Amino acid sequence: MNRARMTHHSRILFCLVATFSSSLFSARLFSQTKSGRQPEVKSYTETIPGTDVNFEMVPIPGGTFMMGSPASEGKRSADEGPQHLVTVRPFWMETTEIRWEQYDVFAFSQDLQRSSSPASHNSISNKFADAFTRPTPPYTDPTFGFGHDGYPVINITHHAAMEYCRWLSAKTGKTYRLPTEAEWEYAARAGSKSAYLFGDDPKPLGDYAWYLDNSDARTHPVGKKKPNPWGLYDIFGNVAEWVLDYYDKDYYGSFKLDAPVLSPVLIPTEKEYPYIVRGGSWDDDAARLRSASRRASTREWSQQDPQLPQSIWWHTDALFVGFRVVRPLEEQDNLKGLKSKVTKQN
Amino acid sequence: MANHEEENKAKSSRRNFLKQSSVALVGGAVASRFTGLPAVHAAGSDLIKVGLIGCGGRGTGAAKDVLSSARGVKLVAMGDVFKDNLDKSFDMLTRVAESDETIRNFGNTVEVPEDRRFTGFNAFERVLASDINYVILATPPGFRPAHLKASVAAGKHIFTEKPVAVDGPGIRSVLEIAEQAKAKGLAVGAGTQRRHQGGYIETMNRLRDGAIGNIVSARVYWNQGPIWVHPKQAGWSDMEWQMRNWYYFTWLCGDHIVEQHVHNLDVANWALGAHPVKATGHGGRQVRTDSIYGNIYDHFAVDYEYPNDVHVASFCRQMPNCANNVSESLAGTKGLCQANKYAITGEKSWRYTGANNLPYVQEHTDLIASIRAGKPYNELKEVAESTMTAIMGRMAAYTGQEVTWEQALNSTESLMPAKLEWDAALAVAPVAMPGQTKLV
Repeated sequence: MNRARMTHHSRILFCLVATFSSSLFSARLFSQTKSGRQPEVKSYTETIPGTDVNFEMVPIPGGTFMMGSPASEGKRSADEGPQHLVTVRPFWMETTEIRWEQYDVFAFSQDLQRSSSPASHNSISNKFADAFTRPTPPYTDPTFGFGHDGYPVINITHHAAMEYCRWLSAKTGKTYRLPTEAEWEYAARAGSKSAYLFGDDPKPLGDYAWYLDNSDARTHPVGKKKPNPWGLYDIFGNVAEWVLDYYDKDYYGSFKLDAPVLSPVLIPTEKEYPYIVRGGSWDDDAARLRSASRRASTREWSQQDPQLPQSIWWHTDALFVGFRVVRPLEEQDNLKGLKSKVTKQN
Repeated sequence: MANHEEENKAKSSRRNFLKQSSVALVGGAVASRFTGLPAVHAAGSDLIKVGLIGCGGRGTGAAKDVLSSARGVKLVAMGDVFKDNLDKSFDMLTRVAESDETIRNFGNTVEVPEDRRFTGFNAFERVLASDINYVILATPPGFRPAHLKASVAAGKHIFTEKPVAVDGPGIRSVLEIAEQAKAKGLAVGAGTQRRHQGGYIETMNRLRDGAIGNIVSARVYWNQGPIWVHPKQAGWSDMEWQMRNWYYFTWLCGDHIVEQHVHNLDVANWALGAHPVKATGHGGRQVRTDSIYGNIYDHFAVDYEYPNDVHVASFCRQMPNCANNVSESLAGTKGLCQANKYAITGEKSWRYTGANNLPYVQEHTDLIASIRAGKPYNELKEVAESTMTAIMGRMAAYTGQEVTWEQALNSTESLMPAKLEWDAALAVAPVAMPGQTKLV
């Protein structure tokens, strides 16, 4: 990753935060901080404690934007409307999609001290392990031959992604979670209002994204294409990304349109489906890489799991789904202490 | 016809594809007779009354699959050695049958009153004595030869999970049973589901048409991380522990080369239209050394020799934090085939672009269609040979010797304990040691 460029982005972002903080909404948000001072919002590198695995976070300023697509936008779906103003509070977002090296620390308990006896892997000897259920072992190669080091995770369920975030939060003492759908679209658009990040014509898409026309039918190592103006790599394409929200095709129609909606989110339920992925993937044509495009998970994403009950951790047919994390500057009340309600018994 | 079908496939929805896939397997006239007919049609002699033997995750999944596969299917009896397994499975299937759209649209139901839910070591006999005509065999593979034998004796159509045995005597028995089933007109489908997967079927059709010329070598892999394990709990007898932790004991599981890698070896046999003539292999337990892991290995590498000096390199591993690979590749005189990606490169480069069907459901759709058409098919010989291939590789690795097909098939070593009793003391068989373990 280009560190000089990242720093440059951070500086821009800092200015943006300052600008937004004078706006009505952001000013109100910032005034909620206990110190009363403008918090210092910078890019940073997080290292997963006990490992040498790290990832980059960039600040995303709070602000108000038009979410969804206009009825006139080509190849849109009805669930992308009506367009509505949304206000998002400031947060940090991971610059890249989660790589297998990161996920494996969680999934395969690489953070726990291994005793010389393999039996102890199964006894709960570590208090920290006690608090977190780790994914059950996958029955096959979870990378499906696409590559491991540097490649985005695939085939993880929404529940698994949420549990990863909860574990990462406990490990680091910071609040990491999936972005809300609104946060994701706001960050992905980075101020753009067009169908795609750069306009209504998908022609430059290959500069920014791995998708059907250039992916060679597979995922690619993260961070190889141009980032969006806010420093987010592969925010379109490569893998579609889980957001926090439960999917309801009529959700956008539920808002009053006379004022911006503050921090909307449709809280996840005990149901395994449907949740939302955004940004499109290596397996999608350009239309699915539009900023407003929404896709809902379905049971078919596990259709080759021959067990019943099926795994709540691993999909078998979602080779196009991954995620990245955000960290709210200040967590919104309705997400405090949030935990996946999905269990195998559901 | 092939071109016509391919065109249709590309255009069609998955449901249409499922139909056409049946056509390819059992003949157009037959399949069309049974698609789109009202549910009431199946109420008579065509009703498939299913008994499930082995109610773990796979058995429960298979019961759901058969209920999702065709009209006129009822689950009517269930059996498992453990009551807790059976109860969980019954609850799950009851809920799924009520909520699953496909099952409801087919009008299929779970009707298993308490007096048709059987537990203990003889549960399979009582399921087979129930009013069923279609049995699903999904226990650990060590029991499969006995269950197959009893199922054919009872005159039931059979869906059997893979693998179908864990030793030479078991395979010999299964090969005899295959002939008996044919003589009795019984259908036998096997859980080698790749053979019912649209992309694999099309790929194999092309290989048979010479798309890569003559196949000269192949590589097959199932390298993955570790799976579940159940350490012995207080109050469990040796037998109960081994039964609950069945994957780690050769008498129940056959070792992971047999239980899991059989899928990839089956693809090799399918592509080559033959089974190997001999094998040499390496293997051991490098990481899973603790006694909770019973007596199986954690890695194998086997060189299989097929007729005409064609070699298949086989690798399987269950270790954490290592490179994974589950795939089958074939090299021919005119090109290469990556079977698991349904892709051919060379003179006739090709990639499957048809719909992806549901192979675990399709295998029941096809089997039931063949039964209703009065042309029951029987996959037992193929799956027995693929299982034998895997067992032969295990024997080669365990002993360190070159093992021929005849030696493996005629092995007199039966892994089944003398007594199946809950309280019987049951020592864990020693871990095989290459160069010391004898081929028996």
